[in-house]
Amino acid sequence: MDIVSGLLHGFQVALTFNNLMMCVVGVVLGTVIGVLPGLGPPATIAMLLPLTMKLDPTGAMIMLAGIYYGAKYGGSTTSILLNVPGESSSVVTCIDGYAMARKGRAGPALGMAAIASFIAGTFGVVALMLVAPPLARLSLAFSAPEYFALMVLGLAMVVLLSGESLTKALLAMFLGLWIASMGTDIFSATSRFTFGQVELMGGIDFIIVAIGVFAVGEVLGNMEPAKPPDVLPVPKGLRNLLPTWEDMRRCRFAFVNGSVVGFLIGILPGAGSTIASFMSYGIEKAVSKHPEEFGHGAIEGVAAPEGANNAETGGALVPLLTLGIPGSGTTAILLAALILWGFKPGPLFIQDSPELFWGLVASMYIGNVLLLILNLPLVAVFAQLLKLPAYMMYPLILGVSIVGVYTSASSMFQLALLCGFGLLGYLMRKLDFPTAPLVLGLVLGDLMEKALRQSLMMSQGSISILFRPIPSVLLIVATLLLIVPLFKKFNAARLQVIDREA
Amino acid sequence: MNPVLRSGDFWSGLVLAALGTYIVVTAHGWDYLTEEGPGAGFFPMWYGGAMIVLSLLLTFAALLRPSKHAEVRWKDVSRAITAWVALVASVALMPLLGFVISFALLTVFIVKVMCGEKIRTALIVAICGSAGFYLLFEVALELSLPPGKLF
Repeated sequence: MDIVSGLLHGFQVALTFNNLMMCVVGVVLGTVIGVLPGLGPPATIAMLLPLTMKLDPTGAMIMLAGIYYGAKYGGSTTSILLNVPGESSSVVTCIDGYAMARKGRAGPALGMAAIASFIAGTFGVVALMLVAPPLARLSLAFSAPEYFALMVLGLAMVVLLSGESLTKALLAMFLGLWIASMGTDIFSATSRFTFGQVELMGGIDFIIVAIGVFAVGEVLGNMEPAKPPDVLPVPKGLRNLLPTWEDMRRCRFAFVNGSVVGFLIGILPGAGSTIASFMSYGIEKAVSKHPEEFGHGAIEGVAAPEGANNAETGGALVPLLTLGIPGSGTTAILLAALILWGFKPGPLFIQDSPELFWGLVASMYIGNVLLLILNLPLVAVFAQLLKLPAYMMYPLILGVSIVGVYTSASSMFQLALLCGFGLLGYLMRKLDFPTAPLVLGLVLGDLMEKALRQSLMMSQGSISILFRPIPSVLLIVATLLLIVPLFKKFNAARLQVIDREA
Repeated sequence: MNPVLRSGDFWSGLVLAALGTYIVVTAHGWDYLTEEGPGAGFFPMWYGGAMIVLSLLLTFAALLRPSKHAEVRWKDVSRAITAWVALVASVALMPLLGFVISFALLTVFIVKVMCGEKIRTALIVAICGSAGFYLLFEVALELSLPPGKLF
């Protein structure tokens, strides 16, 4: 199926009443959780995933993806009005967005964030549509050794950029690999790490770990009494939210910069939207004729990072859908969702599941338009969510977590595991262990072990199979990535990037 | 207290080293290599070994250079652990009381004790929350909530 007919088919799928409603629900929910600081897309998607099992997978995927990119729009509202990022990817928007709001220009800042998000988000979808099919064809040449090396590289990138301490990031990843090993080994039927529990014979459901670590761990970590937020007012009327023509003219390059940088960074595993937004902000400041205005309310300082963090979504979906390799916690959960619904993300995904791939792409075009419409006139309504008391949020998150896990397996044992992983998630945050490598290790652990064992079976146990051109290059790059932090100069650069993300 | 004993890195390193040792010892009982290729113990042996090395590195780094940054504020932890114990108690009560009542009790605890709101507010949030979950999941979506002997 070529791109034009694929896209037309996609719009036929995405424009059915059911899928359109799923898209609306996803983007509204995404905006809401983007506005609320503390509750992120990975926690929300993980909590809702078990509840989507009864739904049509295409509609469910459209909704979950809507949450993913919708949160990026919502995150800017909190950054601009509260100086607190609703999402980590909106951290940099605080700098100039809040400065603009304090100068009485909250309206144009919010409007520009929505417009830049729309332009770059749409660019990200166009690029996804153009890049994914040829990349999928290229990766058809991959077999077990190439996949193993690719997964090692993905994990190395995530570990490299996940935390201040490389040791802790690696340990978190190994913990994920250990959890992934639990259950019956499919090659030899050996029960591994089951502690004599029948319930563990099938392994630990990814959903329980994701909900426990992200949602329950987040609630436990937020139990500290917080100061009520001091929200700056949103100007009334659509006219007061629209940037001037002069603002739009000043942001011409920021739209291009945010779109291209965001998409390219999105493709790289581990880098993520926070780094994309910081990079585009840095580039924007470097090429600006008025760099002295940055930090004091430059509108390009809102447009570039907000664009980048939205374009990143399209980029992040490229390796997820064409190679089956997620690059972040959220895309790892989306991968788990696809696998649970019976799909196999990888080189044949577009060919085998055109309805899902093209339906998703088309829904993202629709979703971006919906988000622009929602975020301009309704931004004042979303801002009211910031006044929602924490005592209502915490029980709600815990309740949805419990119901989500219970509905996936109808077992009290799984709820006990949820409590355990909730505590693990909290302790990891408290002790500065990054959670992304754990989740990625868990999702990729099983696939990675399978790929390695298949490779070694193909070569009758000889490791030389990993020295074929593609795997050897990928493994050398992965090794270099893990060695680089040992050199002070490179480690300083790595820490600078992570520091920005923190 | 000795800064080393307050260090989260020191304790987490020790716990993970113990886990790594357990993984290696357990994996030792499984096939490492078979005629068909790697056995069930191959992969765990490698990551378990790497875990031991890295966690000991973490522990020794905390011993040699105890940093203020890695110290744990136990007062903060106690609040989170209290909430976690409440969650565990609520889940443990579910086979007897069912989701609706157990969740209402958990909500009252969080709103009243953890968030310091009035008991009236806590009761309203708990009743509305439990009823909302029941109506949405049991009635509207026909998904079963954890049942109890009493409800």
